[in-house]
Amino acid sequence: MRELNVEKITQAVKEMCIEANHFLSPDMNEAIKDSMKNEESEIGKKILSQLEENLKIAKEDMIPICQDTGMAVVFLKIGQDVHLVGGSITDAVNEGVKEGYTEGFLRKSVVNDPIIRENTKDNTPAVIHYEMVEGENVEITVAPKGFGSENMSKIYMLKPAEGIEGVKAAVLSAVKDAGPNACPPMVLGVGIGGTFEKCALLAKKALLRPIGKHSEIAYVKDLEEELLEKINNLGIGPGGLGGKVTALSVSVETYPTHIAGMPVAVNICCHVNRHVTRTL
Amino acid sequence: MEKHLTLPLSKEDAESLRAGDYVYLSGEMYTARDAAHKRMDEALNDNKSLPINIEGTTIYYMGPSPARDGRPIGSAGPTTAGRMDKYTPRLLDLGLRCMIGKGKRTKEVKDAIVRNKAVYFVAVGGAGALLSKAIISSDVVAYDDLGTEAIRKLIVKDFPVIVVIDSMGNNLYETVMKEI
Repeated sequence: MRELNVEKITQAVKEMCIEANHFLSPDMNEAIKDSMKNEESEIGKKILSQLEENLKIAKEDMIPICQDTGMAVVFLKIGQDVHLVGGSITDAVNEGVKEGYTEGFLRKSVVNDPIIRENTKDNTPAVIHYEMVEGENVEITVAPKGFGSENMSKIYMLKPAEGIEGVKAAVLSAVKDAGPNACPPMVLGVGIGGTFEKCALLAKKALLRPIGKHSEIAYVKDLEEELLEKINNLGIGPGGLGGKVTALSVSVETYPTHIAGMPVAVNICCHVNRHVTRTL
Repeated sequence: MEKHLTLPLSKEDAESLRAGDYVYLSGEMYTARDAAHKRMDEALNDNKSLPINIEGTTIYYMGPSPARDGRPIGSAGPTTAGRMDKYTPRLLDLGLRCMIGKGKRTKEVKDAIVRNKAVYFVAVGGAGALLSKAIISSDVVAYDDLGTEAIRKLIVKDFPVIVVIDSMGNNLYETVMKEI
């Protein structure tokens, strides 16, 4: 059985925290650049060009793209044939976050308790999602999540009778409520089905999908395209100051659910949709 | 309309601004976000003085990332203003003149803006690297233990903002959504 020392996971998580906060993936960069063509409002165009310039400054001068360098969300896909050695994997991930946020000049935005609210001063703990998969590799995704947009995310427990029209109404309602608060242009991750917590996780994972890549399920792809068009007709625009470019993409993930229910989660991300994946 | 104005903003300048104006601000402002607002509110409840002179000043809702060596500040974009709404009318009634943030405000805040002839600006959310370039200096002046949430005095030059709520109560976000 393959052995993997968790120190390697610490090192990777550290580097990925720093990378994610300074460099967007090529698809996100392209999406922001391309959105200029679709924007008609003058102020909207001005904001989009500032966002493009912001990305350039971030990578050239190593200044985080956004001061909210997020709570670190870490997805681990652990092959069932790999033996992790050298300590606890949870501790290893948190050590990586601590080193990345400290050495990388990233903001420490995590408080120790939701009510007592003392800053932990190293951005730990991370939110870690473990998944067992086949094989002997460990795939790590680091996705720092800012809370301007996280705060505007929503879960709806719809009735089956509400159908796909109910889903559309729920997503549009979440986007309208979010408006300027979520730093549009937004990226939308939608989860439909499963249970209360499963649909939220599906929505979060949907944010990791490359921009422009649609679901392989025909009706879901249609839904993604229709929602994007409807969202961009709301008029919210870049910065919420009016325009066509309210969202850059909508990704929908689905899962089997119960005969009595249709959970829908809408996870909103701003244009700084950060995620980095590595396989060890 | 594009304007270049100096901070602290004079009463006349504040009243001359209209929702939708694009403004470059130069001068001094203070940062304060959730935890600092809570503390200032508690200080007022206890009849204590505020750590900054609020009269005529500007508060920027912002918690920066740490500065690298040789730089005044790290990434420095606005945070969502609405979380400060609970504390804001009281500060406006004490003379706060300008706020810089992003996102919607409550009716109570809008009413207090009109009552005190103040102004709510927004800066572009998620452009923290770009906005940091307009900041010349940053010094913690209160609540150092709050880390990124401490109150900092900033000196800025040509800091780009847009007027969203003016002293007449015009709200650019509402105008934009009504026009559609």
